[in-house]
Amino acid sequence: MSAATQNAELALYDYAPYEGRPKLSWPNGARLAFWVAPNIEFYELDPPANPHRQPWPHPYPAVPGYSIRDYGNRVGHQRQMAVLDKYGVRGSISLSAALCEHHPEIIALCAERNWEFFSHGIYNTRYTYGLTEAQEREMIEDAMDTIERAVGQRPAGYLAPALSHSNHTIDLFAEAGGIYTCDLFHDDQPTWVKTRSGRPFVSIPYSLELNDTIAYVVQKMEPRRYGEIIRRAFDQLYEEGEESGTVMCIPTHNYQVSCPHRLRAFEEALEYVTGHSDVWVTTGREIAEYTLAHCSDQIKGGEGSAP
Amino acid sequence: MSKDLLTYDRRHYGMDHDRYEWSMLQDRKPVTWPGGKPLALWINISIQHFPLSGEKPTVVPPGALTMPYPDLRHYTLRDYGNRVGIYRLLQVMERYGASPSLAISGALVARYPQLLERLAQTPYEWLGHGWNMLSMHAGEVDPEVEADWIAKTRAALSSCSDRSITGWLSPGRIQTANTPELLVKNGFTYQCDWVNDELPYNFRTAAGEMTCLPSCLELDDVFVLTQNLHSEDSFAQQVIDAADLLITEGREQGGRLLSLNLHPWLVGQPHRIRTVREILEALLVQRSDTIWHSAPAAIIEAAKT
Repeated sequence: MSAATQNAELALYDYAPYEGRPKLSWPNGARLAFWVAPNIEFYELDPPANPHRQPWPHPYPAVPGYSIRDYGNRVGHQRQMAVLDKYGVRGSISLSAALCEHHPEIIALCAERNWEFFSHGIYNTRYTYGLTEAQEREMIEDAMDTIERAVGQRPAGYLAPALSHSNHTIDLFAEAGGIYTCDLFHDDQPTWVKTRSGRPFVSIPYSLELNDTIAYVVQKMEPRRYGEIIRRAFDQLYEEGEESGTVMCIPTHNYQVSCPHRLRAFEEALEYVTGHSDVWVTTGREIAEYTLAHCSDQIKGGEGSAP
Repeated sequence: MSKDLLTYDRRHYGMDHDRYEWSMLQDRKPVTWPGGKPLALWINISIQHFPLSGEKPTVVPPGALTMPYPDLRHYTLRDYGNRVGIYRLLQVMERYGASPSLAISGALVARYPQLLERLAQTPYEWLGHGWNMLSMHAGEVDPEVEADWIAKTRAALSSCSDRSITGWLSPGRIQTANTPELLVKNGFTYQCDWVNDELPYNFRTAAGEMTCLPSCLELDDVFVLTQNLHSEDSFAQQVIDAADLLITEGREQGGRLLSLNLHPWLVGQPHRIRTVREILEALLVQRSDTIWHSAPAAIIEAAKT
């Protein structure tokens, strides 16, 4: 990659101030589109060394990091799934595609619930960094093909593996048939994303602030405080959603939120959110499809987009 | 350049290694604990020696010395656990009739014989906990050196007690690629380092099978109090919340296990010991009808039936 492209400011979307935007209307007059995105990931015990990012902080075998993530799949997944079932939430899975091969039992449980599967790369120990554009395309298509073979539907969305990007990532995903990205954290409403193919493509809010791993590992929150910030975020977005539809996402990890000392706080927050009327409890794909079908003009922003 | 970034040698059904079989907790045959209680409780006390040394461990365990030699500040704070904290903690355990296991640094045997004598007088199960908190079983340790750490830890602990020592908890819950084999060769039948489950499971080594009894890190006192910087009250609340969730699951799905790891140098401090009492009151008194409190070897045995 040349120095010039290393410094390029990506023109992914136009600026659009939160005040004075065209109104977004969700189905049935809902104020807020609510979705939960369980990350179901596979981390390799012995991944290849990436020159740009070390997968593990410990030497091989990185037992601490590997084993707690394996806990998520062995113990945490079904625990979280039972809570989502209880509150009528279909998960939108951010999926390490290789998990279709390693743990098809998890895929089957989610598929029979009509959950959404979106792409999160092949493994969360394989990064976009260091790949040529052709290699990145191969990786993106491999992940989409693998998920499509396993569940019968091509993924619509992408969260790049371990949030590792190139400046072609979104272009390549759109060209592979995707319609939405979770990688951009600039807004509480969907935004039209400009890709080089010009295909309809949208950013769906996926909150890093409400992401359980950010809350628990980076911010080191107490479980009950995590539940509290979810409720506070909901209150604000629900209030604003009376004027124009908002989006709220809770991204989770089965090795964080499902720990027995933490699940209750998450459950109470879900009970609170789903206990309100005018909440569209949905999936990332459904928000993206609805937005592109009914709100494309409203989300483009920039000059001349005002009503 | 190492392996190609887009080559996937172990992309197939199950795990990407041969240590254990892939299975989900909820899909296994339900476990029944003695008395039909839904939750087993394992309390472990890690009794550790942090040498006063300028040597840096290959992987830094929680509580490690951090300052230039001589780091008297951290050295003495950790030594506090072996002089004061452990006795305070043992008194609380005895008052509640608790039966914790004790994971002990082998180096303490020669260092503090009075401490080991006191520990030998308890009825509690012992685990090997490495030679000291600098002998990290991580990365490229010479297998002979690692074998020696394990053998001398076992020999030291066995020299002051005739109890059977079959369990192992590595310093910092980390292992080398050889640790499981070396443990089996030295007579250990279970280890607690892989935190990937909430029940014991079979773990393969080239020297034969052993059991992994995962020691929960996320509720470890050092993790919650010194890494997450949560309050003592929050720590107690989190342990109790975990117990209540697991009791509910245990009633509906089969026996569950709560493992709680405590450090005398941390919760043995006067402002923290009350939290241990509160936890024991909540678990062993208030929930005595739903909690079977036991020690690792008995828990592993009960989980097999």
